[in-house]
Amino acid sequence: MSTHPLEIRSLNVAYHRKMVLWDADLCIRPGRSTAIVGPNGAGKSTLLKAALGLIPAASGEVLFYGEPLKKVRSRVAYVPQRESVDWDFPVSARDVVAMGLYKKIGWCLPVRARHKRMADEALADVGLADFAGRQISQLSGGQQQRVFLARALAQKAELHLMDEPFASVDAATEQAILTLLRRLKDQGGTVVCVHHDLDTVAEYFDDVVLLNMRVVAQGPASEVLTPDNLRKTYGARLTLLDEAVVDLSRPGAPRES
Amino acid sequence: MIWTELDTWIVVTGALTAMACAVPGVFLLLNKQSMLGDAISHAVLPGLAIGFLVSGTRDPLPMLIGAVLAGLFTGVVSGVIERRGRVETGASLGVVFCSLFALGLILIRIAADHVDLDPGCVLYGALELAVIDSAPVPRIVWQSGAILFLNLALAAVFFKELQLAAFDPRFAKASGIPSGWIHQGLTIVTALTTVVAFESVGSILVIAMLIVPGATAMLLSRRVAGVLLWSLVVALCSAVLGHLLAISVGPAWLGWLTGHNDLGSLSSAGMMAASAGGIFFTFLAASRLVQRFLPSLQKRTL
Repeated sequence: MSTHPLEIRSLNVAYHRKMVLWDADLCIRPGRSTAIVGPNGAGKSTLLKAALGLIPAASGEVLFYGEPLKKVRSRVAYVPQRESVDWDFPVSARDVVAMGLYKKIGWCLPVRARHKRMADEALADVGLADFAGRQISQLSGGQQQRVFLARALAQKAELHLMDEPFASVDAATEQAILTLLRRLKDQGGTVVCVHHDLDTVAEYFDDVVLLNMRVVAQGPASEVLTPDNLRKTYGARLTLLDEAVVDLSRPGAPRES
Repeated sequence: MIWTELDTWIVVTGALTAMACAVPGVFLLLNKQSMLGDAISHAVLPGLAIGFLVSGTRDPLPMLIGAVLAGLFTGVVSGVIERRGRVETGASLGVVFCSLFALGLILIRIAADHVDLDPGCVLYGALELAVIDSAPVPRIVWQSGAILFLNLALAAVFFKELQLAAFDPRFAKASGIPSGWIHQGLTIVTALTTVVAFESVGSILVIAMLIVPGATAMLLSRRVAGVLLWSLVVALCSAVLGHLLAISVGPAWLGWLTGHNDLGSLSSAGMMAASAGGIFFTFLAASRLVQRFLPSLQKRTL
């Protein structure tokens, strides 16, 4: 039996009869931070959502700590994209963080004082102690992202799956998230982030998964982030690398969908 | 203006019905599914008619079952059309509920030959007639009171699940809370409420009771619990104000406008919906003014 926090075997996902993920094989190592990197439309978010059963997979197997998600749900926390919800919703930052505790509280039981305390602690961990009572529309984009992280923290999970936590956040939030990632790892946790910024990948993460509908490469950042692998992932569209420019006319390069 | 015992019962029934509708209405609004409430309130019509046709009586149970099934059918089929046909939610709901509503009208016409059923009553309700009852408390008061109690109890028991499924259904699912089932449950409760409410306010005005109190309450509170509470207050005020307008100011004003002096009274259910709309626009204007001139007041949460 595998002890990997997350193992994905030949996962295929189709959306409107179009394949989005082909035969994705993935193995996330425990106690490390992994970035899933790839161009737009590469299926990065889809990979996370399909792994969590939020969208149906055509075929494949997903194991968390060697078991199906149902059996180990309390060990896994998910941070959706910030844009996926309506921030005008009439709830406070504390209310949102407490949502991470709903499963533990159980059906039909209210959020009690000690749960509110736990939510406040999680908010303090992301530097938002003074904002607990604020309605979420009155927070900045970065603060909203941190509220989402605090909600995952409150779950006290071992594996954290985060969808673009660094997308359009301010410098303070970026630092707060980085500190948090380090702390989660220090506590023996595992972090997987969908990430879009190639410049910071090697600096922020231990491992990298390069994805463009298929898994192009995976492993330690220093080994994976080679010009050749990046070309395979980004094809002709990667202008950051000089080598890519030469390859503009290469046939079979992935195109924007 | 003369106030009789009948007026009291009309207001009580109207208020109970409006408040019963406001509860699922708030959650439909939070789910961005206000249209679903509209669709269900129309789509239950063929369900009711089939219930009549099958049972041959105005027995409430078969019509209740038929209507709830029709409501569920709307929710499920419009979801399928949305995914398969790749059209937006509003369009797919429009396709389903308009067809069902039309089918319902035809069926009611057919049913009317067999049972005592008036299409007008179904559309506009018969609040004034429904409260005329031999018992000390009219049956419709018990009925709307029961559905209000049920809705309040469900909202209290499943409060946090409803809140999470509305705010972030994906996170709910990922953390093991079946947001899909919660949405189905809300659809069922909405259908049930609609059926009970249609007898007093009619199928068309149910939509006003479902959405307007919640929409007004959204202007007044920044917490889901607060929104729920305010929506009940708005529903209650709409019912009282609506009936008062229907028996006093309304006829006098309309009579003066049209030159007729024998208008008697207007439809109470209609005036209740109109009052709800009036209350909404009053608060909308007030909130704009507060935003403009008293921004410090706005920061306080109710």
